Amino acid sequence: MANFRDLLRQVKSEIKELSPEELKQRLDAGDSPRLLDVREQDEVAAGVIPSAAHLTRSYLESRIEDLFPDKDQELIVYCQGGVRSAFAAKTLMELGYSDVASMSGGFTRWKDLGYDFSVPRTLTREQRDRYSRHLILKEVGEVGQQKLLDAKVLSIGAGGLGSPALLYLAAAGVGTLGVVDSDVVEESNLQRQVIHNYETVGQLKAESARDFIANLNRDVKVNVHAVRLDASNVHEIIKDYDVIVDGSDNFETRYFINDAAVELRKPVVHGSIFRFEGMLSTFVPYEGPCYRCLYPEAPPPELAPSCSEAGVLGVLPGIIGSLEANEALKLIVGYGEPLVGRLLTFDAQGTRFGEVKVRRDPKCPACGEREVQEHTERVRELRLA
Amino acid sequence: MAVTVKVPAQLRSLTDGAAEVSIEATTVREVVALLESQHPGMGARLLDESGALRRFLNVYVDDEDVRFLDGIETSVPEGSKVSIIPAVAGG
Repeated sequence: MANFRDLLRQVKSEIKELSPEELKQRLDAGDSPRLLDVREQDEVAAGVIPSAAHLTRSYLESRIEDLFPDKDQELIVYCQGGVRSAFAAKTLMELGYSDVASMSGGFTRWKDLGYDFSVPRTLTREQRDRYSRHLILKEVGEVGQQKLLDAKVLSIGAGGLGSPALLYLAAAGVGTLGVVDSDVVEESNLQRQVIHNYETVGQLKAESARDFIANLNRDVKVNVHAVRLDASNVHEIIKDYDVIVDGSDNFETRYFINDAAVELRKPVVHGSIFRFEGMLSTFVPYEGPCYRCLYPEAPPPELAPSCSEAGVLGVLPGIIGSLEANEALKLIVGYGEPLVGRLLTFDAQGTRFGEVKVRRDPKCPACGEREVQEHTERVRELRLA
Repeated sequence: MAVTVKVPAQLRSLTDGAAEVSIEATTVREVVALLESQHPGMGARLLDESGALRRFLNVYVDDEDVRFLDGIETSVPEGSKVSIIPAVAGG
């Protein structure tokens, strides 16, 4: 019966090895082979070779094909000292990876030679537990979760749409949430604005939302903006955020947000509702259409009754606001296909979704061709003068 | 040729609450004219004083916005779906 040393000798004779010096030379020459770190979490936390992917050896067989589906491209494996990676290389060959090498000496040797390494930001034990269902999804994973924790999302409104959007964004671990709302909670809001409750009636909605989130996820910092957005403050408020979730309740605010977001190149997730119907789209400035490409002008007030005049089914903003959260999460993490250039419609009575195309309008006054923009600016200046 | 017109909530008071109406028409212009004759008042809601489609509502033939086709002259093939989708602001 072979002992460990015999087995290691046997495995090393069957695999290809390369030295840290060779790898360094290749990286310096601009080569970028696929690198895989098979160490445990606590070892990785102390430093990794930049650009390496990580998969602990215990999950190697079950997850490698998701991580690296291409079995013919070169794959270089390393661990701390070069033993585990030798066994890992052998396993990968058995799984059909045709060009595998183990880095001899491992990360210890790499570090001793004074080569570059990076210390990855890692999740705490509690975060690993809290976000475990995200971490299992390869489309999110640890990298995606870190992006969420680093992200800053601004919700315009903490009302019907803002409530569910904020709840899911906070639960998902979006690290900074801004809430713009100058209203106070009223009892008639509780039919749909699920982030508020009896105890917060009379409080500022932005503060009520902040207090709820404080109890939902301690990773989230909430910025309260208890102001009404207008042309004078919109740039200053949105400039520090990565994604804007528009859950406002009037056209004027929606156009302020659009025009400032186009100027500052901030993506806006648009949701709007009326009675039993809602719509959703994602506006990424200059990559897709903006709100003015979709609707160049607001209707006159007599043709645009508000929810307080026309009514709204309570669960409708729950559905559309949750879809807005999904769009924001997609933009941050990068999974899936954002709703850019598409308008999703929802009818709660028939439970029917519809989708139509939204095109960039070359004559759009916000994001159209430069001549048009300049003309609009001149007109604006003339008006101001 | 029959097309199905999807009527938004804001205009259903003019169609006795119907969310869909069937119309024999070959262009968007004919759709609007027939809607007006069958449901008086519809024309003024869809068109401005100059006879152009209002800029706060979009008309789609199937999934294409007619503003990016031939506007009000856009043809509507047999069996197509004409959706009127006005801007809404509620949140």
